[in-house]
Amino acid sequence: MIIDINFVGLIIASIMASAVPLILASCGELITERSGVLNLGVEGMMIIGAISGFALMTVTGSLIVAVFGAMLAGVLISTIFAFLTQTLITNHVATGLALTIFGIGISAMIGKNFVGIPGKEFPILFESLKDTIPLISPILFGHSIVFYFAFALPFMTNYFLKKTKLGLIVRAVGDSPESASNQGINVRLVRYACILYGGAMSGLAGAYLSMIYTPQWIENMTGGRGWIALALVVFSTWNPIKILIGAMIFGGLTIIQFHMQAIGVRIPVQFLTALPYIVTIIVLVVISRDSRKIRLSTPSSLGKSFHKDN
Amino acid sequence: MHKFLIRSFVSSLVLLFTLTVAAVAKDVKAAFVYIGPTGDHGWTYQHDVGRKAVEAAGFKTTYVEGVPESADAERVLRQLANSGHDVIFTTSFGYMNPTNKVAKEFPNVKFEHATGYKREHPNVSTYAARFYEGRTILGTIAGTMTKSNVIGYVASFPIPEVIRGINSFTLAAQKVNPNIKTKIVWAFTWYDPGKEAEAAKALIDQGADVIAQHTDSTAIVQMAEKAGVYAFGQASDMDKFAPKAVLTSVENNWGPYYVDRVKAVANGTWNQKDTWHGIGDGMVVISDLDSQMPADLRSKVKKLQADLASGKVHSFTGPIYDQKGNLMVAEGKTADDGMLAGMMTYVKGVEGDIPK
Repeated sequence: MIIDINFVGLIIASIMASAVPLILASCGELITERSGVLNLGVEGMMIIGAISGFALMTVTGSLIVAVFGAMLAGVLISTIFAFLTQTLITNHVATGLALTIFGIGISAMIGKNFVGIPGKEFPILFESLKDTIPLISPILFGHSIVFYFAFALPFMTNYFLKKTKLGLIVRAVGDSPESASNQGINVRLVRYACILYGGAMSGLAGAYLSMIYTPQWIENMTGGRGWIALALVVFSTWNPIKILIGAMIFGGLTIIQFHMQAIGVRIPVQFLTALPYIVTIIVLVVISRDSRKIRLSTPSSLGKSFHKDN
Repeated sequence: MHKFLIRSFVSSLVLLFTLTVAAVAKDVKAAFVYIGPTGDHGWTYQHDVGRKAVEAAGFKTTYVEGVPESADAERVLRQLANSGHDVIFTTSFGYMNPTNKVAKEFPNVKFEHATGYKREHPNVSTYAARFYEGRTILGTIAGTMTKSNVIGYVASFPIPEVIRGINSFTLAAQKVNPNIKTKIVWAFTWYDPGKEAEAAKALIDQGADVIAQHTDSTAIVQMAEKAGVYAFGQASDMDKFAPKAVLTSVENNWGPYYVDRVKAVANGTWNQKDTWHGIGDGMVVISDLDSQMPADLRSKVKKLQADLASGKVHSFTGPIYDQKGNLMVAEGKTADDGMLAGMMTYVKGVEGDIPK
């Protein structure tokens, strides 16, 4: 088979498009976890974002309303989680799991009337430049605004955590809520904000799926991507740049295995299908194997409830 | 006076009796067990459209969705049988054993199992659709419309139903265009829009200009629309999702069968049957043919559709060879239902191996 350079560009572009929801949800969850909160409800928040975005797009006809509405829906459902875990001090793991189950159920209920309706076309940027430079153009041009935002997000997240005062506060709250509290930081407020931010990003990830990637609504359409996003956060050792790498490997292997099948590579299909999961974990474990760094980057109070009075 | 009283008493008794019988007859309750959510816009959705037809015919129905093909299925079936349902439709292959097991415990309840072959008790019937007839039509269209001679096919799981579809599609495409290649990608899912779209994109990037699918979501036709290639709708008419790409769809139409069977229960004429209906009986429906197809292709397809319906043409007419060149069906013969039901080899012209 002759591999022409535009073909490679097309493949890379599809890999990037498939990585977008993972990057968005992971970067959101990363901020939540960096503040010491483990929210296992990513899948639930994503699916709520997916149905909210799709429903608002269908009802109002406005894509802007739909995108922001999906983020707001993510915020609203994560408020439930924030209230339970921060104000009522419930267990993070159990509450997060409940959030996922709740999200899947309620999205199915809202979605009943939206099955079988085609989505609207989402505008793409720089379409005229798409065929100008081989290899580079299909990668850089002709994508939605959410796509560009997703690829900027890991760098912005990295900058936020390392270079800004607010980022330092988030890390302080995650590493030692007691000391942060003694410094006069309102731990509960910071955690509330981080949870709601995570909800907004998960909501956006869901909206990307139902409005841009595959513009339609069907039940369970997130298909476990929320869980993969959660795994990426852990295996990247809470490093946004490694999340980007992990999401690209995962998306890349999913797409490349389809290409290998279509070319007719004689490797058992079941193995090819499992490959993205196996390789992503192996690569992330290898690039993050420095145990000292893991200790440093793991939020020490992750998943532990903080009560100001004790 | 007495006579009058007795007469009116007797006649009112008769009237009451008739009313009761009528009420009982009309009071047949049907239950449906679904593997997926009714919101999948695919397999389960179409069964639910059938259920609504039963409801429209004046019968009470209930359904349970998302029932796993495990011990859970038995529990759900028992509960439905216990709560006064007269006929229960189990709409996935994996319910085969649970259906037969529970049917033994409830001899007065009728059971209808979709796509299976076990009828161990007199109160169990099976039914399925000859979707491969629809795929003969799709193959004919694909073979004619392709310019690159590469046809993509997104498959779900390697089971006879899917293999039969691939074979029927490829045989028909080869008949009109001996140069075509069918490239198959296994998605290992029935519906995951993201994955299905990625599989379709891979096939399109590798030169396929017509995409067929045996997965359920509309993501593939949408991807085809974006890329400017042709595609076919699956399970329901998907034209509105991709008006330019979709040439036609193969629709699953369970309603008439469901109404028939529930009516038979109500009339007391229900009997054990194995039903395998195709285009002729209206269980497999071909949607409107897109005007992008040349007029002579459209009339050819119409004729093929009529011939498949009347039985003049069979999707698997010999000579058919497998990939290694062994004769599967001799010249002039057609594949029997037993062979079709257990079909687990590709015909000549399909690329690659069946995943084991």
